[in-house]
Amino acid sequence: MRALLFLSFLLTGCGEVWNDPYPVADRGRNVMYSAFTERPKHLDPAQSYTEDEARFTQQVYEPPLQYHYLKRPYELIPLTAQEVPKALELEGGKYTQYTIRIRPGIHYQPHPGFVAANLDLERKITDRLRSPYDLPLGTRELTADDYIYQIKRLAHPRLHSPIFGLMSEYIVGLKEYAARLQQAEKPGRWLDLRDHPLEGVERLDAHTYRVKLKGRYPQFAYWLAMPFFAPVPWEAEKFFQQVGMAEKNFTLDWWPVGTGAYMLTENDPNARMRLDRNPNFRGEPYPLVGEAGDAASGLLADAGKTMPFIDRVVFSREKESIPYWNKFLQGYFDASAIPSDTFDQAVRVSIEGESGLTAQMEQREIRLRTSVDTTILYLGFNWLDSVVGGHTDAHAAQRARKLRQAISIAVDWEEFIAIFLNGRGLVAHDPLAPGIFGQREGRDGVNPVTHDWNNGKPERRPIAAARQLLAEAGYPDGRDAKTGIPLVLYLDTVGRGPGDKPRFDWWRRQFAKLSIQLEIRDSDWNRFQEKIRKGSQQLYILGWNADYPDPENFLFLLHGAQARATTQGENTSNYVNAEFDALFERMKNIANSPDRQQLIERMVDIARHDAPWVWGYHPKSYGLTHAWMQNGKPNNMARNNIKYLRVDVDQRSALRRAWNPTVLWPLALVVLLLIAIAAPAFLGYRRRERAAAKPT
Amino acid sequence: MLAYIIRRVLYAMPILIGINLLTFALFFVVNTPDDMARMQLGQKRVTPEAIQKWKAERGYDKPLLWNEQAAGADKITRTIFFEKSIKLFVFDFGRAEDNRDIANEIRVRMWPSLALAIPAFLVGLAVNITFALGMAFFRASYLDLWGVVLCVAMMSVSALFYIIGGQYLVAKLWHLVPISGYQSGLEAAKFVVLPVLIGVISGLGSGSRWYRTLFLEEMGKDYVRTARAKGLAESVVLFRHVLQNAMIPILTGVVAVIPLLFMGSLISESFFGIPGLGSYTIDAIQAQDFAVVRAMVYMGSVLYIVGLLLTDISYTLVDPRVRFA
Repeated sequence: MRALLFLSFLLTGCGEVWNDPYPVADRGRNVMYSAFTERPKHLDPAQSYTEDEARFTQQVYEPPLQYHYLKRPYELIPLTAQEVPKALELEGGKYTQYTIRIRPGIHYQPHPGFVAANLDLERKITDRLRSPYDLPLGTRELTADDYIYQIKRLAHPRLHSPIFGLMSEYIVGLKEYAARLQQAEKPGRWLDLRDHPLEGVERLDAHTYRVKLKGRYPQFAYWLAMPFFAPVPWEAEKFFQQVGMAEKNFTLDWWPVGTGAYMLTENDPNARMRLDRNPNFRGEPYPLVGEAGDAASGLLADAGKTMPFIDRVVFSREKESIPYWNKFLQGYFDASAIPSDTFDQAVRVSIEGESGLTAQMEQREIRLRTSVDTTILYLGFNWLDSVVGGHTDAHAAQRARKLRQAISIAVDWEEFIAIFLNGRGLVAHDPLAPGIFGQREGRDGVNPVTHDWNNGKPERRPIAAARQLLAEAGYPDGRDAKTGIPLVLYLDTVGRGPGDKPRFDWWRRQFAKLSIQLEIRDSDWNRFQEKIRKGSQQLYILGWNADYPDPENFLFLLHGAQARATTQGENTSNYVNAEFDALFERMKNIANSPDRQQLIERMVDIARHDAPWVWGYHPKSYGLTHAWMQNGKPNNMARNNIKYLRVDVDQRSALRRAWNPTVLWPLALVVLLLIAIAAPAFLGYRRRERAAAKPT
Repeated sequence: MLAYIIRRVLYAMPILIGINLLTFALFFVVNTPDDMARMQLGQKRVTPEAIQKWKAERGYDKPLLWNEQAAGADKITRTIFFEKSIKLFVFDFGRAEDNRDIANEIRVRMWPSLALAIPAFLVGLAVNITFALGMAFFRASYLDLWGVVLCVAMMSVSALFYIIGGQYLVAKLWHLVPISGYQSGLEAAKFVVLPVLIGVISGLGSGSRWYRTLFLEEMGKDYVRTARAKGLAESVVLFRHVLQNAMIPILTGVVAVIPLLFMGSLISESFFGIPGLGSYTIDAIQAQDFAVVRAMVYMGSVLYIVGLLLTDISYTLVDPRVRFA
């Protein structure tokens, strides 16, 4: 490293680089540089639900709980709460109550809404504002009322909270509350939710509140770690409701106000978002413990130190992958994902399947961090379909099941992952992602329908077994045994252009192994969703990204009461199995325990046997970070990771200079080239001007 | 002339209504209000009630063009088309589906677009005319021949290749400018140098060939022969007479596009991370944001009509013989 630094000194002669995209004033400052591809749609914690938005909102908003940064499996720990609340059952389980105690002494970021004079601004003042932060700023202490206010906002008639439907099934009185607010709302006027009490949420004192739920819902604790349940001060909402604010895009939806380690100080979703350290942040100690291997990889070097470590975070918009990747290589982004077209440039995969960095990356001391996402992508069968779906008639149901099982064997996900994902995925054997309670490893974790356990590892069953099942299903050699008509199946998918052809060909080949003809119905996302909603698809490809690390959040995708075609729920296969559904109802309401494990295992066995999905794969995330970035650890559940990160600014500055020496000879070459073109032209011109008229 | 301008503005109204109708039809053939709601509300846990509420709030719960249930004029006015289009004519663009004010976005984003488009346009025009005049001057020589070959070769290469190749050479290998990004003020210069250069080079082939053709056509006319017969130097013939007389066809192509510079470049802005109006339009199409798509198409149409009007007016300045009836 020292040699590299010395080399950088020689190469640049202490001069500055020309291609630095950041302001000169920021050089040498404790700033982290990152990028975003999709512009966020909402930064209001009642509405925001995507990862692209969470990377901003979760640095600003602080719900009562958070996930432990280092421990795996994921563990909930307090954030602003004093402890993780315990569920208290009332009336024999008819209701559940959570009492949440907030730590006193937590203050909001500086914000104009906390200055009383700013809540009644004249129009001419708002017209002149270039940023809300141009006004005098104030703060106040966080109270339980702010959490209550936000829970009420989930039912706000002008907001579209994606979890309102779910929460209104659980939080006592929330559905009725939404109806009352609808009545109370007057166009153009601020609706002060403090004037409207919500039955299921109670303030006990300035730092304690209680939420009452209908029935049991242990997963509620996970929701308490999401920004949906972060505090919102009424002053902020009132401030942004003033006349003239919305015309300047000064809304709570675009200017979050929180108690977190950072505050959003520049909001230009077209080009740049900037987070600055919240000067009122109380400070939080870096975790003292992690999982095995964390200490060895340096993740505990800052144990106990006060966070955050970085003063400013600049997110630049990069819509195209090529500039994004090149700027990372030049050192202008501190971390990057690996675009698929540059995968080979960054990662080499050994014959054993182990991933490592290429020599070019290693030379730059770039680090590779991988993690398996809490996501599943799968091929689904529509249970309402007459060929592959469920049937009430036992014989027909058995035929369809054997057909699904045969297809499940034939679709070689191992090959798919190797060809199309550069090995970035794990074959799924059931709906549960790795690391989720209930998911089994080793032999027990293997789906016996599709795989055998040979020599200590899973091996896909031979295609002969699939053909046998197909014949038993009544389709020997891919033809209907009675009519002799070839079996044709239809796969609905979302096309992304001509680049899909190899993928579609691969799918056809998988079915051709069984002599089944596969017709691919390629449509846009809207039409695809419409088919799924109506239940008119036969086979389809879809995925699910977990909201929280609980088996309920995966198994509910197969719960009959959630069938998409009938209830618009998340069970897109419309799968129904009475025993599975009964087990789900029992499993979802109990805490992790051996009993719950047993229930899950039985449910998984049923699902494997019925095969409503071909279980697909869990994608692996590959992320690269530069040597100057410390404490980075992938976390699929939370995005409030920036406060844990540290940047070695001096090392970054030195390496940037070393990697970006200005090459001036092309400029000289261009000048010479222009002279070379202009000189003969000029000489020719002079010669013509001086030439005598040609004799005729 | 005022009467002419007023007449042209009135002619523009049915054109703008037609464009609005066409944009509306094309957009809603591909997207339904339900699709738009789903796009804005996300993919997870979206209930039919939430979709209905979103549509009702934004007026997308009405019929598209004809309201059968309404009475009288309301059959037309209480429709999505009427309610969404009528305000455009007074340049009230309203709010995007993500609730951001469109007029404010346009005000902010036009400057990056202009910072890229104006230098690219002016430098490109100067370089193209110079190159074309050079080829015309050396017409029927090897310089002309190879100039045309070079033009054809440059025309044949995709603009995307220039962008990626330019970024690779200038920004990645030689580290002369940032690969992408944008800052306001003077710092914008280092970000727009490369896209401007690429814009000029990628347009050089077609532009020069077109202007060369115009110049050669003029050079074959009698007045040029007369000028030469009078003993004027070739440079005087070219710059004083040919160039001036070739201005009408040049203006036809050039003045009409001047207002459209404001709309930005769809590809360049995306690749170079310039937050202009071209990039805004692309984002809106991808996000199925009808409010923005409609506003940008309308703006483009208005500017194009303004461009054509300016072209007509510019004729009178270049050629005094042209008069408006």
